[in-house]
Formats: sequence, structure tokens, C-alpha cells
Amino acid sequence: MSKVKAGVVVFPGSNCDHDVYNIFRHTLNADTKFLWHKDTGTGDRNIIILPGGFSYGDYLRCGAIAKFSPLMNEIIKFADRGGIVIGICNGFQVLCETGLLPGALLRNSNLKFICKTVTLKVENNKSIFTSDYGIKEEISIPIAHGEGNYYCDEDTFVEITGNNQILFKYADNPNGSLDDIAGIQNVKRNVIGLMPHPERASDEILGNTDGYRFFKSVSESLM
Amino acid sequence: MFISKINIRIRDTILDPQGKAVEHSLQSIGFNSVKDTRIGKYIELKIDASTEKEAGKITEEACRKLLANPVMEDYEFEIFPFGEKNK
Repeated sequence: MSKVKAGVVVFPGSNCDHDVYNIFRHTLNADTKFLWHKDTGTGDRNIIILPGGFSYGDYLRCGAIAKFSPLMNEIIKFADRGGIVIGICNGFQVLCETGLLPGALLRNSNLKFICKTVTLKVENNKSIFTSDYGIKEEISIPIAHGEGNYYCDEDTFVEITGNNQILFKYADNPNGSLDDIAGIQNVKRNVIGLMPHPERASDEILGNTDGYRFFKSVSESLM
Repeated sequence: MFISKINIRIRDTILDPQGKAVEHSLQSIGFNSVKDTRIGKYIELKIDASTEKEAGKITEEACRKLLANPVMEDYEFEIFPFGEKNK
């Protein structure tokens, strides 16, 4: 039995929460619970996932209002204690807004909402999130976002590059992201944000399982 | 009572694709003198404060904490006494 105790956060407007729940509960056979945005604690969870969607309708800026929800306060403390936090798509935007990850996600450079499968390159496989992949391995993962254009200032870019924080890059940049960045981790290496959706490519029935090893990597890190 | 009128824009050093698209559209219909277009957002707050200075302090904090993201946006605001003409 897996040691994973996954907590899938549900904001008003989250819409990938059940996909992520399904992977942890039924594919990885892990103890998995939903956490409501008004909850005031993370309980006994050891992995927290902020799923994709449109939290609070993406009003003001994507992720801006979610950062002040009662549960996010607890997730910041959880991450500071070294707890594993995964932000996918809107979850990545929330993590940047809260400052758990550096930078911000701007409007896609072509102004379009892009929904397609893209090729990612694994930039660093010495992380708890990518250990099951080969270095520079190319994988196919779907994206679905209008604001996925990663941006940070020059000093931050030098820092995240020097610290090997970039985990995934786009093989063919779809959205204008700085240096083709698709996913980064924090300095302490317990928080990741990525725009692509590995949970949509983790089940054979969907015809693509390249994303499964992302969840397998992180769950094996708790063995 | 005061009104804060806040303008938020993507930093000048960051490409504003929406501004670019509108700029190209303006040029295509003959506004050839338009050389740059930046699109932002405008927010108004009605603030219950006793002085303009206090209203300014509250607006500044609201911008810093929530209304603008300092990583990618700049903001500026003006404070006006809330009166007949801007009710």
C-alpha cells in the first residue's frame, strides 16, 4: 500500500480536480481526499495538488483571488515545512501568485486559448517529480490554457537556471514562455508548478500514459 | 469618503500581445500615427477614510497585496474626495 496521502484542492471553478483524484485514488491506489478551499487545515495529507481550472472565475488575474483562500494559508505553511505541493495549470498560476514559485504566467503571446498535445523535454530528472523520466526525454502531454506564457525578470531567470529549477521545457514553444519553460520547482525542491496536464495522459484508456510517470515519481519519493 | 482611481498595466519591458493586436488593427484602418498601444485595467475603489493620505495608504496596500502583481504589472492611482460629481 502506498504511503501517499493525497489532498486534491477544490476551489470554486476547479475543473481538473476529479481527473487528479482518479489518478491518485484509482491508478496509484493511494489514500486520496478532496480539500475544500474553505478548510482551515491540510490534516494528515503529505501531497497537496492544486488542480487546473478557473479558480474564482479567473477574476482580476488567474490565481490572484485563490491565494487568499483559508486553505492556501495552510498550504503555504505546509510547503514551508517541506510538504510536497503540485500545481497544475491554474494551480501553477496560484503558486506563482502566492510566491511559492517565482515568476508569473502572462497571456499567451498569440492571444489564443491553446488546447492540444505538445512535446515536452525533461530538463532535469533529479527531482522528486521527474525521477522516473530520462534526462532530455521527450514526452507528449496535453496543454489547455490561455495564460501560460511564463515570465520572470532577468535576475530570477539566472537564479532558477543556476539552481536547476526548470524541470520541463516545450520542444516547440506554443505560448511565448521565457526560455520555453513549461514547469519549474522551488529552491527547496518540494513545490512544482507546470502548465501541461499530466493527469490527462495517465490512463491507457485515454491513449497516452506519458504523464503517469510524473505521479509515479512523486509517489515513489515517499516510499 | 474618497474615490481611488487605479490604473494597472503590464510592465513596459514586457510584451503586451493584446496591445500589439489592437495597435495593428488601428494601423490597418488608417491610424498610422499610432506607434504603441498598451492595454491595462482600471479599478475604482470607494474608501471610507478620514483623510486623503489615509485613503492613499489603503489603496497602496490593496494594490500591493491583491490588485496588481508586482512581478508583471505597474500601477498608479489618484485619490478624489467622494462628492456629487462622481457619485
